[in-house]
Amino acid sequence: MSTFSDTKAATRPAAAKRSVLGAMEIDTRMIGMIAALLVIWVGFDVFSGGAFLSPRNLWNLSVQTASIAVMSTGMVLVIVTRNIDLSVGSVLGVTGMIMAVFQASYLTPALGFNHPLVWVGTLGVGIVVGLLIGSLQGFVIAYLGVPAFIVTLGGLLVWRGAAWWVAEGKTIPLTDDNFKLIGGGADGAIGATWSWIIAAVAVALVVFAAINARRQRKRFQFPLKPMWAEVSLVGLATLAIVGATWVVNAYTLPPALARRYAEANSIPVPDGGLSISFGYAVPVLVAIGVGIVMTFIAKRTRFGRYVFALGGNPEAAALAGIDTKKVTVYVFALMGMLTAIAAAISTARLTSATNAQGTLDELYTIAAAVIGGTSLAGGAGTVAGAMLGALVMQSLQTGMVLLGLDTPLQNIVVGVVLVVAVFVDTLYRRRAG
Amino acid sequence: MTGKLDHVPGSSTVSGTPLVEMRDMSIAFGGIHAVDHVTVDLFPGEVVGLLGHNGAGKSTLIKMLSGAYRADGGDIFINGEKADIGNPRDAKRYGIETIYQTLALADNVDAAANLFLGRELRTPWGTLDDVAMEAAAREVMHRLNPNFRKFKDPVRALSGGQRQSIAIARAIHFNARIIIMDEPTAALGPQETAQVAELTKKLKEQGIGIFLISHDIHDVFDLADRVAVMKNGQLVGTARTSDVTKDEVLGMIILGKCPPGAAPGPGAFAGEAAA
Repeated sequence: MSTFSDTKAATRPAAAKRSVLGAMEIDTRMIGMIAALLVIWVGFDVFSGGAFLSPRNLWNLSVQTASIAVMSTGMVLVIVTRNIDLSVGSVLGVTGMIMAVFQASYLTPALGFNHPLVWVGTLGVGIVVGLLIGSLQGFVIAYLGVPAFIVTLGGLLVWRGAAWWVAEGKTIPLTDDNFKLIGGGADGAIGATWSWIIAAVAVALVVFAAINARRQRKRFQFPLKPMWAEVSLVGLATLAIVGATWVVNAYTLPPALARRYAEANSIPVPDGGLSISFGYAVPVLVAIGVGIVMTFIAKRTRFGRYVFALGGNPEAAALAGIDTKKVTVYVFALMGMLTAIAAAISTARLTSATNAQGTLDELYTIAAAVIGGTSLAGGAGTVAGAMLGALVMQSLQTGMVLLGLDTPLQNIVVGVVLVVAVFVDTLYRRRAG
Repeated sequence: MTGKLDHVPGSSTVSGTPLVEMRDMSIAFGGIHAVDHVTVDLFPGEVVGLLGHNGAGKSTLIKMLSGAYRADGGDIFINGEKADIGNPRDAKRYGIETIYQTLALADNVDAAANLFLGRELRTPWGTLDDVAMEAAAREVMHRLNPNFRKFKDPVRALSGGQRQSIAIARAIHFNARIIIMDEPTAALGPQETAQVAELTKKLKEQGIGIFLISHDIHDVFDLADRVAVMKNGQLVGTARTSDVTKDEVLGMIILGKCPPGAAPGPGAFAGEAAA
């Protein structure tokens, strides 16, 4: 951070430790979260006798996190604008149900089994429905002046009721195999080769972004990050990408499934048995894609800038000529769309839509955003933090299941962790000013 | 007795078309006439102090000019042409920039983001051009406050004076012709107040017209060429600062009593209003 060099604090030994992070321009809050996540992981691994940090468990963890992670990116913007959305669990339920019914009753009969347009059409319908629901709630909040808490509390009941109403409470199985890939599973992963290709592209993008940012700052002769800081940052990112790819590729198909897969694709089985890697699961790639797009929206677009300005000081935003009502509607519309994507993931994962789908998801989503450093007072929060928060929540739950803890005890732990996390964050904010 | 400011005694030094003319402005909230048929004007290179108690209607009057409120009645003329100002964007199009009492900054974003709030620079791809905005912010802030370095921090971390300079930088960067300062020194220490006074003089030399709003006569009297005093939503009167004393202006603020050197408005205390 430039402030450190400006005040010459960097030369003072007391500030030397902070200036390392400062020079790398890393958010200390983010470091704290990653540290907390590592403590949780290693702790569970020790107590579960090495079961937690197995490739299989980590792969499952990534798939289970995807749905909440997608919604948490939208919840960040909702909370940043000083609003809340309590309806996402129910909206997930109703959009999932509408997608399943639309697919089973209309698209597949009309186009035939596994027609490529079926999954596209299903997802499209879901996204449009989510967008409409979100826009409607946003309109009531922004233009009719009903508090978001009330509108979305009503939404929680309305959309859950609507989900029941769509199919009279029946469970609707999905008919399209392509759509089911969105949920992951043995087929819904991209395999070792494609995983490495994606990793290579990601590393290339990280390097390109770092070089581009440096060139931009040089052009205007702004203070630059020290070269060692740039290199270590890119190095750390590369390490994380390669590590994650190694883990998902280390998880291989069970022998029976591998044999069936080999037969289906007429691959000769070697003597030692087949080793077929899962690679990245499709829902995880969807979640990462959503995270990148949402980070871009939050940081690089005018809309994102307005969202944060509105959350920081609504009056100032209005006086600067920002149409704050329109921004609010857009934020809720975006939340609705993301909820529909999450609904596609969770419906595809269950291969059917049920009436209770998404129950309590609103609370997990809000908790993920808040654990990820989103301030309920508005104006502060990051997409990456919220996704990390979702991973923390899911890690706790998965870990407790591995340890065989009872469900009531799991709820107690998750509840306590949420309160403690926000308390720690409050302390941090008070210290940082 | 129209209260028109062109007829102020001794106003021969300012002539031509006024930069701003607000004619017969009215606005009511519920049954309260917050601004009741008030007429004021402003000439290029002139500082007009708008005085009155808290709740006299000065901020409300000026918010109709800055686009924060839409007037119930009255007309605004900019350079002699009728202007339609319905929102802050309209006002900015007419070169009107406002520095609010509350400073109106988004605390959680940095100086450049605040400077360009609502008018962000964008790259050819439509994304925010943060580097260009930071460059422009550095340039304009350097002119105002050469010691300012905290371009990466949220403005929450800045001092009152630094925040004030961002608010002023916003007006300067966008080449404002009319600047409205609402209690500009309310949040500042003595040294920073002196800086703002210095800056006001500089802006005035460039031919910019300034409305200076305050409830404290001492903030305004030395800087202003003219004062306009409001009481209970009405204009008590206007006067050139050279024609009246501080005590007389104080009498206008407190009692609504117009001294001989002032042009009385509709809100002047009837018994004493001498034309």
